[in-house]
Amino acid sequence: MTTDTNLKTGHKRNEGMAFDPDFFADIRVNRSAVERRTATLGTRRSVKKQWQAAWLLKAVSCIDLTSLSGDDTPGNVMRLCAKARQPVRNDLLQNLGMAGTGLHTGAVCVYHNLIPTAVKVLEGTSIPVAAVSTGFPAGQISMEQKIKQIELSVAAGASEIDIVISRPKVLTGDWAGLYEEVKAYRQACGEAHMKTILATGELATLTQVAKASRVCMMAGADFIKTSTGMEQVNATLPVSLVMVRAIRDYYETTGFRVGFKPAGGIRQAKQALMWLILMEEELGTDWLKPDLFRFGASGLLGDIERQLEHFVTGRYSASYRHPMS
Amino acid sequence: MEIKKIFDNMEYGPAPESPAPALDWLKMHRGKFRLFINGKWQLPAAKKYFNSENPSDKSHLARLAEAGSKDVDKAVNAARKALPGWQETSPHERAKMLYAIARQIQKHARLFAVLESMDNGKPIRETRDIDIPLVVRHFYHHAGWAQLRDTELKDFKEIGVVGQIIPWNFPMLMLSWKVAPALAMGNTVVLKPAEYTSLTALLFAEVCEQAGLPPGVLNVLTGSGKTGALIVNHPGIDKIAFTGSTEVGRIIRKATAGTGKKISLELGGKSPFIVFEDADLDSAVEGLVDAIWFNMGQVCCAGSRLLVQESIAEKFYAKVKARMEKLRIGNALDKSIDIGAIVAPVQLHTIDELVKTGEAEGNRCWQPSTPCPPEGYFYPPTLFTDVPPSATIAQEEIFGPVLVAMSFRTHTEAVKLANNTRYGLAASIWTENINLALDIAPQVKAGTVWINCSNIFDAASGFGGYRESGFGREGGLEGLYEYVKPRVEENLSDKAFSLPKTKVKKDDLPQAVRPEIDRTAKLYIGGKQSRPDGGYSMDVHSLSGIRLGEVSKGNRKDIRNAVEAAHADSKWAAMTGHARAQVMYYLAENLAVRKNEFANRLALMLDTGIPAAMTEVEAAISRIYTYAALADKYDGRVHHTTFRNLTLAMPEALGVMGISCPDEWPLLGFVSTVMPAIAMGNRVVVIPSEKSPFSATDFYQVIETSDVPAGTLNIVTGNKEELATVLARHDDVDGIWYFGTAAGSKNVEMLSAANMKRSWVNYGNFRDWLKPEQGEGELFLRKATQIKNIWIPYGE
Repeated sequence: MTTDTNLKTGHKRNEGMAFDPDFFADIRVNRSAVERRTATLGTRRSVKKQWQAAWLLKAVSCIDLTSLSGDDTPGNVMRLCAKARQPVRNDLLQNLGMAGTGLHTGAVCVYHNLIPTAVKVLEGTSIPVAAVSTGFPAGQISMEQKIKQIELSVAAGASEIDIVISRPKVLTGDWAGLYEEVKAYRQACGEAHMKTILATGELATLTQVAKASRVCMMAGADFIKTSTGMEQVNATLPVSLVMVRAIRDYYETTGFRVGFKPAGGIRQAKQALMWLILMEEELGTDWLKPDLFRFGASGLLGDIERQLEHFVTGRYSASYRHPMS
Repeated sequence: MEIKKIFDNMEYGPAPESPAPALDWLKMHRGKFRLFINGKWQLPAAKKYFNSENPSDKSHLARLAEAGSKDVDKAVNAARKALPGWQETSPHERAKMLYAIARQIQKHARLFAVLESMDNGKPIRETRDIDIPLVVRHFYHHAGWAQLRDTELKDFKEIGVVGQIIPWNFPMLMLSWKVAPALAMGNTVVLKPAEYTSLTALLFAEVCEQAGLPPGVLNVLTGSGKTGALIVNHPGIDKIAFTGSTEVGRIIRKATAGTGKKISLELGGKSPFIVFEDADLDSAVEGLVDAIWFNMGQVCCAGSRLLVQESIAEKFYAKVKARMEKLRIGNALDKSIDIGAIVAPVQLHTIDELVKTGEAEGNRCWQPSTPCPPEGYFYPPTLFTDVPPSATIAQEEIFGPVLVAMSFRTHTEAVKLANNTRYGLAASIWTENINLALDIAPQVKAGTVWINCSNIFDAASGFGGYRESGFGREGGLEGLYEYVKPRVEENLSDKAFSLPKTKVKKDDLPQAVRPEIDRTAKLYIGGKQSRPDGGYSMDVHSLSGIRLGEVSKGNRKDIRNAVEAAHADSKWAAMTGHARAQVMYYLAENLAVRKNEFANRLALMLDTGIPAAMTEVEAAISRIYTYAALADKYDGRVHHTTFRNLTLAMPEALGVMGISCPDEWPLLGFVSTVMPAIAMGNRVVVIPSEKSPFSATDFYQVIETSDVPAGTLNIVTGNKEELATVLARHDDVDGIWYFGTAAGSKNVEMLSAANMKRSWVNYGNFRDWLKPEQGEGELFLRKATQIKNIWIPYGE
């Protein structure tokens, strides 16, 4: 059994299980019912005042601060990393009673070429560097190239790898093929944690999402992640609900806790709270920590900072009052 | 609590909605309310008041007037006085008024929601997101019906002064379900809210004042059940609409029996929530939360009986328990709770007693570890598993957050268990197989069937029960019929219509009086002619007293046998409308062959000439044609309800019906009442004309040659009132039509209360059966059916 060294948490790392169609073949997801549940998640629960501030700080700690652009340079990635180390203004943290807690984001997420920069800037912190891989975002390159990419990124110092699955395997029902593919990625990752991007916006149905989630967990995913952020539709609550229910199912079957990462389109503090509520309600407090929950987001932090300042001062805040990344 | 600490334990914390605006409103009224009569706030004559409290914390909310008999008189008189003006108001003006009310409620939506939550104990989430939006939607929807009143319902007129008694579980929603259609159709209203939850009704009265509703059109009387009884028994009331317990519904049925007051009753339930092994189980669990923990289970259509396929039962129970652990209980105004307070101590006690009974009977009880707040009337969500149908808690309506679960083996068994109840309000079916869902839905005896959802409502869909869950529908077109009456009924007479009489000499009598070989008119039960159980016959005379022969004197056992035969017939109801039409055309064809024989008999029995008698025969043949024609044309509707949802309003046969035919039209009366009933798929037990029964007994041979399945049509001759009494008292008869005397009508309505069978009586008024506008039509089909609404959300 491998223990989790990277994230220093108590839980066992997912070892996967043998490919077993019985575990997912009969799964059916009722879209309307799922939508009804997600429509009331945010109306059944509400966090206010210091609870809201604490929950937003928790959200900050779960953000994979991300920059995935063609024009990323060492310069802006350096700024990104600095923001990851100090995501919220110190005076605010002091007012919130959180000074000295070492609050930082969950990780920094970049393309392969920027790994060395990030690793260097984050040296001495416990902030992991995550790299997107396997032909991100479309995944339309050869398997050899994909494996190689993972190996190179791990060698460059990434301790988290966000891989994309081959959507054609889902769409054509090649579940065994998907299993083998993801298993190979996991092997290539070695000690690095693997987040498996389903690109749910391209999987057509929630039932497919439910099946793909299970297959990826069977193959050893440490996290399952909704989207690359580049699909037409990215993280939605219904898709997330289906995925976290799959995580619960897998946990109940194997005892392994798999993490969840919604990505793309989460820009507001209020939205972040909805996802935290989703995790709390469907999986419980264990999953409200960065070792099992991440937001893939670039704009979210800014809105949270403004909300936190509002909590502290009672006045509505402006984005220029917060240091940019 | 420190933020750092919350950051570590991730608790929710309190999220209270402010009660201040509602408290201000109460303060503005100095915590004391009068009665709203004739557009004015009037003191109760007896100066009696009672308290209203907040069940979440037992705090005092207000003093409410207790309306007594003088106040009820005053309100009914005000409503009566307002009626002509309101009737003459144009549909468009009435539509504008309802629209204004909808708008006005919307403007004060949060005040309504907060006040309702404080008054009732239900979570603010529910009043804010469900109850009040549905109320607004109901008034908008009915503003539309008001506008369309004279085009869509031109053959109907308003009923008059309507007494409406609403329950405490959905104070505003039930108010809207009652008031909106009543006003839209041109009635005036005397409304009594439930004594525990009157505040929003009083706020509503204010809103109506603001909207400019004319004085007397709506009157609101607060008070207890006594006030309700005064309204029910008031002679100035033309209709009673009631939502509440089956027990009280039965009292109302009896109290109004024979008075001609129209009633609609929406009563109790013990609705099944059926989970098949191929369901989306996690979603089904969430559906269950909506089904039984919505409004603390104080919902008449609560999915309180969980039926789960044995193959997945343990797995499903585990999921349900895990979900129950996450339910939060607390003050109704907290925005982070699922379960608020029980409305009053008496209800808490009832729930507690039933749970104790459940435990005492050896059922496994489970409750989550979540504690209940000490300051109010709270009850934890409760689950009983492996409960046999024989357990008290599997049969009795608990009206609390208590779920009773049992497993089933097969689809057939699921249906059997689902229907193993006296109630029939709603059902919820969970499967990802549409074939299965649509196979089960029609088999479940319930007015509403939710497929892969639960407790979803919309103004465009009717809601109401089968069996002892009451009758009548609220919402949609089907609900409007409860607030109108057919104009044609104004032309009914207190004297019987008949064919013209002619003097007939004994020697001129046709051969039929004394047939060459003796003929014995037997009973017709289960497709066979059978001798009466008692072994007696009774003489039949012509109207002028000439002895024409005998018919069998049926007794209660013959009725019993006939009802059993009707139930044993599984063919007729399963036939397509087309197939039933074919059989009915065949009946007409075979009757036509024997036209002369039937005319002769009629002439003899009615002392009339052959030409007149032939008129009745011809009319009877035509009438059979009418209903054969309608057998495949009385369509349901697809309602426009919620987004991505098919709501199918299907007219379903009542089941087994008893029909007591009009005496004065031996053949036409028989055909006019029996044919619409069977056209819709009912099986019938018919008591033909007592005075002139031969047309019905002659009809056996027509039936026997026309491919009518055995048991579809059963005929028991004998004493009309005696046999009708047996039918009305029979608990396995689903509906009864009675055409006879005022006293007989009262008797039938009174006795029908026992199993809440649908009854249709003539109160001693007569139809001219020869006239198609009185003797046939859609009205008959509506009375022979009840609407089942099947909700089918879709989308993959």
